[in-house]
Formats: sequence, C-alpha cells, structure tokens
Amino acid sequence: MSKDKKTVTTVNPRTASRRKFMKGLAGTAIGATLAGKAMASANSKKSGFLTIHSLEEYLQKNYREMTKEEKAQVLARMEKEYSERYGKDVKVKDTEPIDGVKFTYALDLNRCIGCRRCVYACVDENNQSRENPQVHYIKVLQFENGTMDFEESNRYYDPEMVPEEGKYYMPVQCQHCEKAPCVKACPIKATWTEDDGIVVVDYNWCIGCRYCMAACPYEGRSFNWGDPHLPAEEMNPNTHYLGNRPRMRGVVEKCTFCIQRSREGRYPACVEVCPVGARKFGDMNDPTSEVRYIFEHKRVFRIKEDLLTEPKFFYFFG
Amino acid sequence: MANFMEFFVGTVKLVFVGSKRYYAWMAFLILLAAIGLTAWTQQLSDGLIVTGMRDPVSWGIYIGNFTFLVGVAAAAVLLVIPAYIYKWGPIKEIVLLGELLAVSAICMCLMFVTFDLGHPERFWHLVPGLGIFNFPVSMLSWDVVVLNMYLALNLCVPVYILWKAYHNEHPNYKILWPFIIFSVPAAVSIHTVTAFLYSAFPARAFWNASILAPRFIASAFCSGPSFIIIAFQIIRSTTKIKIKDEAIFKLGEIIAYAMGINLFLLISEVFKEYYSHTVHLAPMEYLFQGLHGHDGLVPLIWTAIALNVTAFIIMIVPKLRKNFKFLNLACVMMFIGVWIEKGPGLIIPGFTPTPLGEVWEYAPTTAEVLISMGIWAIGLIIFTLLLKVAIPIETGEFRKPGLEKK
Ligand code: SF4
Ligand code: SF4
Repeated sequence: MSKDKKTVTTVNPRTASRRKFMKGLAGTAIGATLAGKAMASANSKKSGFLTIHSLEEYLQKNYREMTKEEKAQVLARMEKEYSERYGKDVKVKDTEPIDGVKFTYALDLNRCIGCRRCVYACVDENNQSRENPQVHYIKVLQFENGTMDFEESNRYYDPEMVPEEGKYYMPVQCQHCEKAPCVKACPIKATWTEDDGIVVVDYNWCIGCRYCMAACPYEGRSFNWGDPHLPAEEMNPNTHYLGNRPRMRGVVEKCTFCIQRSREGRYPACVEVCPVGARKFGDMNDPTSEVRYIFEHKRVFRIKEDLLTEPKFFYFFG
Repeated sequence: MANFMEFFVGTVKLVFVGSKRYYAWMAFLILLAAIGLTAWTQQLSDGLIVTGMRDPVSWGIYIGNFTFLVGVAAAAVLLVIPAYIYKWGPIKEIVLLGELLAVSAICMCLMFVTFDLGHPERFWHLVPGLGIFNFPVSMLSWDVVVLNMYLALNLCVPVYILWKAYHNEHPNYKILWPFIIFSVPAAVSIHTVTAFLYSAFPARAFWNASILAPRFIASAFCSGPSFIIIAFQIIRSTTKIKIKDEAIFKLGEIIAYAMGINLFLLISEVFKEYYSHTVHLAPMEYLFQGLHGHDGLVPLIWTAIALNVTAFIIMIVPKLRKNFKFLNLACVMMFIGVWIEKGPGLIIPGFTPTPLGEVWEYAPTTAEVLISMGIWAIGLIIFTLLLKVAIPIETGEFRKPGLEKK
C-alpha cells in the first residue's frame, strides 16, 4: 500500500557502534587537541550563545501566571518575531479549553497498517525539528503477531510495502495521562495538564532538566538537543502558544493532541491523515462522540495500565 | 572592616604562596579546568547536541558524576559519628576537613546539574519567590532544597570555627553542637533524596527499587572515606596537622563494613531480578551481559565489581589495611569502583532499554568528558584552596596580626 522511504529514526541504534562508552573515554586522552573538531556539529542555523532575543523574553512569566494583558503582549511579540524569522504571517493563538470537554484518543490496532503517515503529518503540522536530530512525537512499533512485548518490537522497520504478513503495528505517542508522572516530576511546573486533559509544556519556562523524560513511561517527550531545524517554507504558521509554535533548543516538547486544531473543533493531523481510519479522537464527556461509543462498545485497553497513570489514549481491536 | 581586610590579605598570601608541589598541582588543575570551560563554551553555543545524550538516554555522565559526588559529600560529614564515638583525638579537625570536602563536593554537584540543563540561564525559574517551585511534589525540588541547605550548613560551621580560631578564641560549642549534630541527618537526607529522585518513577524499572537509597548510603561510605584517607595522608605529610594512624585505619575498617553491605545489597538485587526473570531484568542484563548485541557497559561494570571486591578483601583483613601501600591501593580502587557503579552504571541502565523497548547505546562525547574533567578540576581547586587557608588557622600559623602562636 505505502512505500514510505523516509528515514524514520532520531538516532539509529542498529548502526550505533558497540563499546561506544569505552571509546568515548579513550578518546579523551587525545581529546584536548581534537575537542574543537569533535564538537563542531553539523548545525546550519545556529542561534549562538543565547536563544533569548530580549529582556522581556528572559523575564517572561510562566504562562499560567500571566494576566490577559501580559499574554496578549507576549503573543504579539512572538508573532512579530516568528513572522520575521519565517517570512510569513505567523499566528500564535492562546485558545482556551472548552468547558466540560475531556479529549480522548482511541486507536484501532486492527486497522493500523504501519504506514507512518501520521508520523510525518505530525512533524509537518507541529513544526518539529526536521533533522539533527529529527523529532517524532509518534513512534510506530512493529510486533510479530502473537506478542506485545515492547522489547521485541521494532520501530525501524523499513520494508518495500506495509503491512507485512504476520506483523501488526502499534503507534505510541504521549498518552496524556490523567495522573501524569511527567507533571509530578517537573520542579518548576513548566508542564501541566490543561482542563480539557491535554498535557502541555511552556517552552519559555522549561529549564531543560529532562526529569519529565525520565518519569514518562511512554517515551512521550522529546528534547531539542540542538537548534531545531525548521525550514521556513515548511513552517506551519497556524500556531498555539502551548502547541506548535517554533521551539528553541534546550527545551522539552511533546504531542498536544494538536491543541491548535482540537480546541477549534478540528481533528489532530494524525487523525485526519490516517488512510485507514485507525485513529479516533473526541470528547469523552460527550455521550454522542465516537470515542465514547468505542469506549462503551468495544474491548478497549491501555498500554502499561499497571502503572496507573490513567492514559486518555485507548487501543482497541475494531 | 579593617579586620576583614587584614584577613583577606592574609588569605591571599596563603593562597598564592606555596611549595613547588603546590604550584604544580594548582597549575595542573587550572589547565584541566580551562580545557573543560573551553569545551563548555562549545556546549553553550551549540546546545547539548555536543553531548552523547539523545532522547532514548536523556541523562549521561553529568548526572552520573552528580550522583556519585552527592555520596562523597554526604559521607564526608557522616564521619562525624565515628570520629566522635571512637574519640579520634582532634575531632574538630576531622569535622572541619570533612565539611570542607562536603562543600567542594556539593559545588561540583551543583556545577554538574547546571551544566546538564538545557537552559541554565533560566535558573531563576527555580528560585522561590521569583519563579515557581513545585515543592513538595517534585523530588527534584526536594533535591534542590536539601543540597542548598547542606551547602549552607557546611559553609557556616567551618567558617565560624575558623573565624574564631583566627581570633584565637574558642568556638562556642553550645551554639556549634546543634549544627554539627544536625549536619548528620542532613547528610543522610541529601543522599536519600537523590536516591528517591530515581526510585520515584515506575517508568524506569532499574531505578524503581526500594533498595536504592540504602545502597546509595552504603556505597557513599566507601567512596567518601576512601578519598578522605588519601587526603588525610597528604595533609599530614605537607602540613603541621596531626592525624593519628588509628583514625585512618578505623576509617579503612568502616569502609570495609560499608562495602560488605553494599555488595550484599547488590547480590539481593541481582538475585531478585535474575530469579524472578520478569521484564524488569532487561536493564540489568544490559549492564552485566549486554542486550541484543549492545554491551558498552559490560567491561566497565565488571571492572567495578573486580575493583570493589579486591578492595573489600584488602580492607577487611586488618593486616593488609594497616599497611599503607595496600590501604591506599584499596582506596583508589574503591573510589573508581564506586564511581562506575553510581555513575554510568546507575544512570545508563535506567534508560536502556527505553520504556518502549529500544536499546540505544549512550556514550559520552569528548566534549562531555572534557567538561566533566573540568568540573572535577574546579572542585579540587576549591578543596585545595579551602584547605590552604583552613589548615594554617587550625595549626595557629595564620592568626589575626598580633595573636600569632609562637
Ligand atoms: S505519556 Fe508521558 S508525557 Fe504524556 S502525559 Fe503520560 S507521562 Fe506525560
Ligand atoms: S525538562 Fe522542562 S518540562 Fe521537563 S521537568 Fe525539566 S523543566 Fe519541567
């Protein structure tokens, strides 16, 4: 069905050399002189020593502590900055949660064919770094039929055609845990759960300690190790402060159920792009919603349910 | 004010005047620090991409070194207990040296965590009152609190003792003792909280073990005193401070017991994981045997075990530990062994395999290693300078003008 030949990995472990640790240490002996060379990473758009552009930006408060006026100022400043940087009219919204809505996701494992269209639709929609390293919110795991042991899964599958005989696919992204360990971990409340259940990050507040990444049981979080690479022509100008606005290096980011879309009643990009309709999304509190129907009529399950993080992301066999 | 100026001038003299060995030692450390800081400017301008860390293994040797040094800092002060119980003579000196080591180790810890941040310049977000502090929910916020409290405590006590001595006065032990006694649970707390930081989350099976905190404390009692034994010998041979042989041998004995407990706890962990053979075994397999062809840590951890066991044998046999050659060898072995165990041996398997089963091998880059060495050098510079001023005050050579002991 699909022949997606794009590279899929952030870093490919299969080609990673063995005993790298020892090499790293041994290299140090001659390291002093080579240091400069070794560190010159291939980063074309460097922001240099500071990712901050103004004192205002540096002193900016946490999003949740800003007044309406302060928010408006910050959004205006960002719109101006991003518009200049990407040469297009960039909108930064702060659409609030709709009262009473609890966003929930359901994924049909019977339908998923492992084509990874969701992976790339997500990258395009959410302005992730395209290289060095590439950031993916969705990881599609391939399993042999008959097992659900994560350690046996393969996320670097690359056949001519998917789906492959005898295999099934399980896409995993941030599960928007109701009792999110990542939120508990953060020492400065740079990440939190919004009223509609979406777990978000304030990129301007995050100090990049990565404790949340250590706490997350689903690999739901990515870190910007270097300056993100976002080509201007591919930049999506429809952004949300808590969602897909361009990130700076040194902060954590994650799936936000496409907050810039979902809060306006649209589907997340991954739901929209899925060619087989494996992805379902909606409001669990709405008795007529599709996710609610699935929850009530299908056999649903959540991965790693024993950890009791209560993901708002269900899997089912449709 | 004039008083303070005099003190300051005296300090500067002490710091800048020394033996040839002192100059060589300092030059060596300054060189390492300079190399490290140069590498750090690279990291500051390019981001953490210059390190070997990536999403699958998002903490590396910075946090490994941090964890190890918290142990050193804790143990340095816990020595107060045996020093007091066994009446090692000049207890004040031992407490003092321990606290100065703790100060230096905590400074290194703070540097390691700061250098690990994606945005160190945003540190004010952590400052209570200015930023938002997720206390008491986040274990990391606890760690920030206890580490800073411990640093303050260990600065105040020695500064007070030394200031008094400088004026040829005795410290008021009525004020001092509560602080010294309080520093004992404070020392336990920094290492316990640091262990809780890891054991807090079920996402990482390797860390999510209740045995982690006791193991941390046991291994800290090996690494910290190992360092102190060697430091004591250097101090007594280069200064007028007298430290009894018994004190040093007793330390060796304590290390032996601590290592015994540490090895016992290790065996308990290994047994539980290997015998029950659940999915939780994977990180341990990665560490001890290699997993799916990835075995970067295997040679390191077996080296650590060999070092620790050999050192344990040397320390437990009274004849051997009372021979300075063996004792010092064992100290060095144990220091390295515990570093591997509490550093890379603890942090990396926590991330390998990842929660979704990916095995990605982390290895520090040259930049990362140079930066780490730089931080170690800065820590040792701090320790050396603190001793350079503190010891002459202790021995009475450095006094407020007019009060010098003849
Ligand atoms: S999946 Fe991970 S990042 Fe998402 S809410 Fe749960 S713990 Fe947080
Ligand atoms: S990396 Fe950012 S969001 Fe995550 S715990 Fe640290 S400060 Fe919070």
